[in-house]
Amino acid sequence: MSLDIDLSGFVRQTDDGARGIDFAIDGMTCAACIVEIEQAMKKIPGVEKARINYSNSRLALGWKDETLDPALAVEQLRRMGYVAHPFELAEAESRDAEHAKFLLRCLAVAGFAAMNVMLLSVSVWAGNASDITPETRDMFHWLSALIALPAAAFSGRPFFTSALGALKRRALNMDVPISLAIILALGMSVVETANHRPEAYFDSALMLIFFLLIGRYLEQTMRQRTRAVAGNIAALRSPLAARVNPDGSVTQVPTARIAADDIVLVRPGERIPVDGSIVAGTSEIDESIVTGETRQRSVGVGADVFSGTLNFCGALNIRARAVGAGGFLDEIERLLENAASARSHFVGLAERASRIYAPVVHLTAAATLVGWLIAGKSAHDAIVTAIAVLIITCPCALALAVPAVHVTASGALFRSGVLLNGGQAIERFAEADTIVFDKTGTLTLPEPRVANARDFSGDLIERAARLARSSRHPLARALAQERPMGAPYDGAREEPGAGVAASIDNIETRLGSAAFCGLDASAAAPALDEGSSVIFYRRGDETAVFRVRQTLRADAVETIAALKARGFRVEIISGDSPAATRAVAETLGVADYLGGAKPADKVARLEALKAEGRKTLMVGDGFNDAPALAAAHASLSPVSAADVAQASADAVFLGEKLAPVARALELSRLARKLMRQNLGIAVIYNAIAVPLAISGLVTPLIAALAMSGSSLVVTGNALRAGVGAGESRTPEQAQAGEPEGSRSNAGAAA
Amino acid sequence: MNVLIYLVPIALTLGFVGLVAFVWSLRSGQFDDLDGAASRVLFDDDVDDRKT
Repeated sequence: MSLDIDLSGFVRQTDDGARGIDFAIDGMTCAACIVEIEQAMKKIPGVEKARINYSNSRLALGWKDETLDPALAVEQLRRMGYVAHPFELAEAESRDAEHAKFLLRCLAVAGFAAMNVMLLSVSVWAGNASDITPETRDMFHWLSALIALPAAAFSGRPFFTSALGALKRRALNMDVPISLAIILALGMSVVETANHRPEAYFDSALMLIFFLLIGRYLEQTMRQRTRAVAGNIAALRSPLAARVNPDGSVTQVPTARIAADDIVLVRPGERIPVDGSIVAGTSEIDESIVTGETRQRSVGVGADVFSGTLNFCGALNIRARAVGAGGFLDEIERLLENAASARSHFVGLAERASRIYAPVVHLTAAATLVGWLIAGKSAHDAIVTAIAVLIITCPCALALAVPAVHVTASGALFRSGVLLNGGQAIERFAEADTIVFDKTGTLTLPEPRVANARDFSGDLIERAARLARSSRHPLARALAQERPMGAPYDGAREEPGAGVAASIDNIETRLGSAAFCGLDASAAAPALDEGSSVIFYRRGDETAVFRVRQTLRADAVETIAALKARGFRVEIISGDSPAATRAVAETLGVADYLGGAKPADKVARLEALKAEGRKTLMVGDGFNDAPALAAAHASLSPVSAADVAQASADAVFLGEKLAPVARALELSRLARKLMRQNLGIAVIYNAIAVPLAISGLVTPLIAALAMSGSSLVVTGNALRAGVGAGESRTPEQAQAGEPEGSRSNAGAAA
Repeated sequence: MNVLIYLVPIALTLGFVGLVAFVWSLRSGQFDDLDGAASRVLFDDDVDDRKT
C-alpha cells in the first residue's frame, strides 16, 4: 500500500497527551487471535496499550508519542491477514453501553438488598409460626427497612423515571403500576412496622425490582450486541476513499471525512464512495444498487454518480457533492418522508396489554377499598387489603412476558444471521402474509458470477481464476471468485481495458477481450443475452468463453418455494427491465411480478396490497427500494444493501443465502405465539391471585411466592424461542464481513 | 438471642463487601468483554496491563 492513509480524524486525545484509536477488526476467528494481534501491536514502537474486545471484534490502541502514525497498525494487521477499519463509537452505541452499566449497577444493588432482606424475612416467617418475640420481629423489620428503602430508591430509578415520563405525557405505561406497587408496598410496610404489626412486604418489593431489572438488562445487552455488530459492518463496509489533494497527491481517507467539493479518485473495479459528479475520465458504471438495472451505463464528464455504484473500466475523478442535492436523491427523500409519516403507528402487544391492564388494576384496587369499607372493615384493614391487591397484581409477569421473548427471539435470529433494528420488528414480521422481493441484489447476488463455470474442466477454471486474480476489473473478480483461495500467478501483467496475461508452464495464457486473446468475438454470440458479459480465455489451443452475469442466490428457488408452500403470497417488483424481471420470476415460479418499476411504483404497489388488507414484508437492497422498505408493514435488507435501504429496513440479514428471510418469518411467528402464551400465563396468575388478594388472604409469604413463581414461569416459557435455533454461522456469512459477534450467544439466551 | 447483635452486622457486612466488589469490577471494565475474558484465562502471558 503505497498510498498514505490519513487517520488523524479518528484519533482521540486526552488532556495528558495520551492518544487512542479504535478499530473494527475483520478476520478474527478464534481466541488465539487475541494474543496474536495484541502482541503484534505492542511490538510497534511507541504503542503502549493494545486491547482486543473479543465480544465485538474491536481493537483499542493507545500511545503517547505524537509522531506515531496509527496507519502502521493497519498495515501490520493487513499483513497478518486481518482487515482493520478505523472506528468511531456511534453516540447511540455508547449511550446504550452506559445504560447497560447503569442497569447492572441497579441490578447488583437490588440483588444484594433482596438477598439480605429475604434472610431477615424468612426468619420472621419461621418465627411467626413458632416463637419469635414481637421485639425481635420489629428489629428485623426495621433492619429490613434500613436496607430496602435506600436500595429501592437507588435501583428502582429505571422504573420511576419511565413512569414519571409517561405520567407527564398523561399516559399510562407498564412502569406506572410497577412504581406504584413498589412505593406502596414499601410505604405500607414502614407504617405496619411502626405499628408493631407482624407482616411487612419489604422482600416482595425488592424481589420485584430484581426480577424486572434482569429482564431489562438482558433486553439491553441484546440490543447492544446487535448494534455492535451493525456498527462493525458499517465500518468495514465503508471503504477508504482516495482523495486527490490540491497538489495532485492522493491520500486514503475514510469516506466519512470526505467533504463537499473534494475530488475523489475512483479506479476501475472500485465502488464509488460518494455522491458527486464526474470532473475527469470516462467509464461504464454498474448502478444496480441504485436503480436495480443490471445493464451498465456509460458515463463521462459532467455525469452524476451515486455512492455504492461500481466503476468498471476507466479511472474517474469525482467532485463530491453535499448530501441531498440532486434530482434522483430528492425524489427518494420525498418518497421516504411520505412513507415514514404514512406508516401506521404500530402498537406492540406489550403496549396494548398494558393499556388495558393498568386501568383495570387501579380500578380493582379502588373497588376493593370501597367494598371493604362498605362491608364494615376498619379503614386500616381496607387500605391494607387494597394495597395488597396492587402489590400482587403488579405486572411483574406481564412486564416480563413480551421483553423476555424479544430477548430470546432476537438472540435466535442473530444466530441465523438476522440483525434486528428494533424489538417490535418481530411482531410485525409475524403478521406479514405477503412478501414482496426486489430482484437485483436481493434475489440475485450483489456481485456478478460466472454462469457457465460447469461447462469447463476444473483445471481450466483454476488457471483462469488465478489469472483473473491479478486484475481489478469487476468481471475478472467474478471469475476469481470461482477459486477464492487461488493465488495469483507471478509475472502476470494487466493491460488496462484489454486483459491480463501470464506465462503458465511456459505457455502464454491470456484472459480478457476477444482481441486481446486473439479470438473471434462472434464465438461468443450464442452466449450473449440480456445482462450478461463475456470474458475470453486462451492458453495455446485451449480456449473458453466465460459468461458473467447476475446469478440468483444459491437457495433462492428453494426458499421461495418453501415460502409459497407455507401460504405466503410472493411478488417481485424490480427496477430492472421487464424482460430480465420476467426471466427471474419464471425461474422462481413467481406469478406476480413487475419490471421497470420506479421507486414511486414500488410504493404504489405496496399501498395497493395494503388496501387489499394484506400485511406486506418488503425485502430489498437498493437505494430505489428505500421508500418501499419504509412504506411496507415490515421490511428486510441484505447486508450488502445501500445505506439508506438498511436504515429504512426493520432488520438486516447477513450472508449470501436467502434462507434467513424464511427463518426470520418462522422465528417471529414462534415468538408471537410465545408472547401470547406468556400473556395468557400472566392472566391466569392474576385470575388466581387477585381474588385471594381481594378477600384479604394474601400474606407477604404468599405474595413473594406467587410473584416470583409467575415471573420464572414466564421467563422459562420465553426461553423456548431460542431452542432449536442454534444454527452455526456459515462460511458465506464470514465472507460477508460478519464480525465475530454471533459466535456464542449462550449468554443472551440465559 | 444476643447472638444476633453481632451475627446480623456480620451478615450485612459480608453482603456489602460482595456488592462493593461487584461494582468495582463493573467500573474497571471487567464486564465489557465477556467472551474475551472467557478465553484470556487460558493464555500464559499475564504481563499485559489489566486496566482498560
